[in-house]
Amino acid sequence: MAILETIGLAKRFGGIVAAADVTLAIDKGARHALIGPNGAGKTTVINLLSGVLKPTAGRILLEGRDITALDPHQRVRLGMARTFQINALFLDLTPLEAIALAVSERLGFGIDCWRLVGRKGAVADEAAEIVERFHLGDVMHERTAILPYGKQRLLEIALAFACRPRVLLLDEPAAGVPEAERHELLATIAALPADVTVLLIEHDMDLVFSFADRISVLVNGALFVDGAPDAVARDPRVKAVYLGEELDA
Amino acid sequence: MLTILFDGTAYGMLLFVLACGLSVTLGLMNFINLAHGAFAMAGGYCTVVLVNRIGVPFALGLPLAFLVTALLGGLFERTLYVHVYARPHLDQVLFTIGLVFMSVAATDYVMGSSQQFVRIPEALAGQFNVFGIGMGKYRLLIIVVCGVLTLALQFILAKTRFGSRLRAAVDDQRVARGLGINVGAVFGITFAVGSGLAGLGGALGAEILGLDPTFPLKYMIYFLIVVTVGGTSSITGPFLASILLGIGDVAGKYYVPSLGAFVIYAIMIVVLILRPQGLFARGAAR
Amino acid sequence: MTPLAADVAQRLKRRARWSGFEIAFWIVAFASIWLLPQKHLILTETAILALFALSLDLILGYAGIISLGQAAFFGTAGYFAGLAAKYGLINEPVLALLCSGLVAAALGFVTSFLVLRGSDLTRLMVTLGVSLMLGELANRYSNITGGADGLQGVTVAPILGLFQFDMFGHTGYVYCLIVLFVCFLIARRLVYSPFGLSLRAIKGNALRCGAVGIPVNARLVAIYTLAAGFAGMAGALLTQTTAFCSLDVLSLERSADLLLVLIIGGTGYLYGGLIGAVIYKFMQDWIATLTPQYWQFWIGLLLVVIVLIGRDRMAAWHEAARAALARLFTRAIGWRRGPALGGAGPDRS
Repeated sequence: MAILETIGLAKRFGGIVAAADVTLAIDKGARHALIGPNGAGKTTVINLLSGVLKPTAGRILLEGRDITALDPHQRVRLGMARTFQINALFLDLTPLEAIALAVSERLGFGIDCWRLVGRKGAVADEAAEIVERFHLGDVMHERTAILPYGKQRLLEIALAFACRPRVLLLDEPAAGVPEAERHELLATIAALPADVTVLLIEHDMDLVFSFADRISVLVNGALFVDGAPDAVARDPRVKAVYLGEELDA
Repeated sequence: MLTILFDGTAYGMLLFVLACGLSVTLGLMNFINLAHGAFAMAGGYCTVVLVNRIGVPFALGLPLAFLVTALLGGLFERTLYVHVYARPHLDQVLFTIGLVFMSVAATDYVMGSSQQFVRIPEALAGQFNVFGIGMGKYRLLIIVVCGVLTLALQFILAKTRFGSRLRAAVDDQRVARGLGINVGAVFGITFAVGSGLAGLGGALGAEILGLDPTFPLKYMIYFLIVVTVGGTSSITGPFLASILLGIGDVAGKYYVPSLGAFVIYAIMIVVLILRPQGLFARGAAR
Repeated sequence: MTPLAADVAQRLKRRARWSGFEIAFWIVAFASIWLLPQKHLILTETAILALFALSLDLILGYAGIISLGQAAFFGTAGYFAGLAAKYGLINEPVLALLCSGLVAAALGFVTSFLVLRGSDLTRLMVTLGVSLMLGELANRYSNITGGADGLQGVTVAPILGLFQFDMFGHTGYVYCLIVLFVCFLIARRLVYSPFGLSLRAIKGNALRCGAVGIPVNARLVAIYTLAAGFAGMAGALLTQTTAFCSLDVLSLERSADLLLVLIIGGTGYLYGGLIGAVIYKFMQDWIATLTPQYWQFWIGLLLVVIVLIGRDRMAAWHEAARAALARLFTRAIGWRRGPALGGAGPDRS
């Protein structure tokens, strides 16, 4: 059963078509990867799903509910969170503060302007749990701006995870992470709870084929191929699109 | 009615010459220069000193005002402004407001706080009467001078090598640098010319706008209106905005004197809310 | 609760603990009531300016909104307080103060929607435009506001019916200092709350805030409204302590000076406006005795120098100075903050 669906989703900037008639269904609990060559419109799709961009046409359904017109923060509250391809972190806060912020917002304490942050035991407990899950314990009191890049990428996912999403959109989580820090990141992604549905955008084919149980290929803003990983890997059209790029799973 | 239109146009063209330098600095370096009016004031006082005290002819006083302010602008740009380009907007605002305050107090100290008048040649006093419309000779001069300057600017921007470099730098600094354009030098020259034009405007406008040490503060908001309402992507936008503002202000003071500048500010806010990129910006409509 | 969770809870709360510097600051502030009675007039102005700067710090230092029009709220409430006292609408000063704050907050709420979108320059122009419009209105309706001559004939009743304002400013100073302290406590509570944390996050990265479920616009409206209320109370205090209100409460110079005050003290840690106000007022007092007329020149120079030095460097100096003061204070009274700093204090959650 699909937890997230798009129906004829399209986005045009002036004369440029960034996404055209994308109809996609993501199953509950799936590990779904969205791949495609550069400029295929993958990030546009994420921006449309998360509400950063408003579609020119089409609809988005989350658990059967039409969320096309909702603001980004409303979609988060309905259970869909995202990460950013280029780090979008709170550089002046510590990882702990940022995570505690996201948790307390989700628990509805965000408008509380009287009690101290962390006064509620639930916030501290959950923040601690997330810090541990994302291996941020040793840096949780540092300013985010000075963290190593790999830790920043982990925090990027941790912030989205702190919203306790049922659908998590990961936009190239491993992009640019140096080899030494890479293993920790991939292990953390692999260990995400099974009941969280994940839509992954990624260039790294190793990661895609080791992680995804379903793959959609986007080319020039339109859905090109959609299917199980081995079927997609064998598809000659996909190979043609990725001419020159390695596609051996 | 037509007289208002005429006076308003003269006033508007004056505002354009005063503000166009600001529009370019804002568009080019994304730099908020609240001290632009200080250069205009410098031009005004320069002319007062030259014409009234030393006895330089008025016709020579104007180009000299341009030169002196352009040099002054260039000097400030190279020594002070370059340090602040890359800073956040708040720093730019603080820095240039500081310069405004200093210029106001320094002018007061040197020249006194009273209003100054440039001695204008006899030939420019009085007015023509064309079809029953009174046209002040001096205002006509302003329209002619500013009109010629506007055309010249348009020509320089559109047709010359410097103009194309400047436009390239405005569009995308990084690409322009990649093309081997010395963006710093382009900006320095533009800043100097913009300051010079402001100085010329200040000299020409002393008669109409009044010239006293508070000039940079009094007209700061007008220049900013021209720039924000007109947008910074071309000089046509600020030009149209200046004319509209000039006519609107003159008409407003004539028909609803009690409300003063209220209407102007209100319109500015509405425009900024509806069209944050400016009224005449390219393709900003959505 | 796991050890990590306990540590997390402890660390989150510790930020909000009163430091030696803060305690010293307020002891000195209240001690001035008895120690500097001949300075009460200028101290009154300082306290008012400090409250005004505190309001700007809330929106600039915490939410990142550049404003060159905070005088709009200061002036509106100033006139409201003056008119209320003059025509006997609200006689009791504390009540009048609260009402003035509400009026300013209402104005802040309405105009907050104008600063939600747009670049720094747009916000600057819009805030400036609003205050200039109000200035024009005050000038236009001079039959009500007194125009260029100012609002004459304001008589302020005794505070709570008990404490009469005196010409030496003793009552006024105590009154202003208490109002400042109460407003400061509110602001302090607020910035260490989840709401305050979300403001800092919005200043850092508004796009990401939406992506973690924070309604950015609603938060900005809320803080802008509150800050307007604080600015309004500062304006009302000025009217009440001087029994006068003139057009310059709405002027551009007032907003620009305010920026300077806050910049001198530093943004984003609440004490910036307070310390800035003290430095500014005493500097003004000192320079004014040397060259009253050209005071503005030195203000301008100071702004230019601060920017050229760099505000981040200034902030580092501030922090060092504060730490040194706090050490001094701690040593002076032989008081140790004890093991709580290490995280072993009693757990109150």
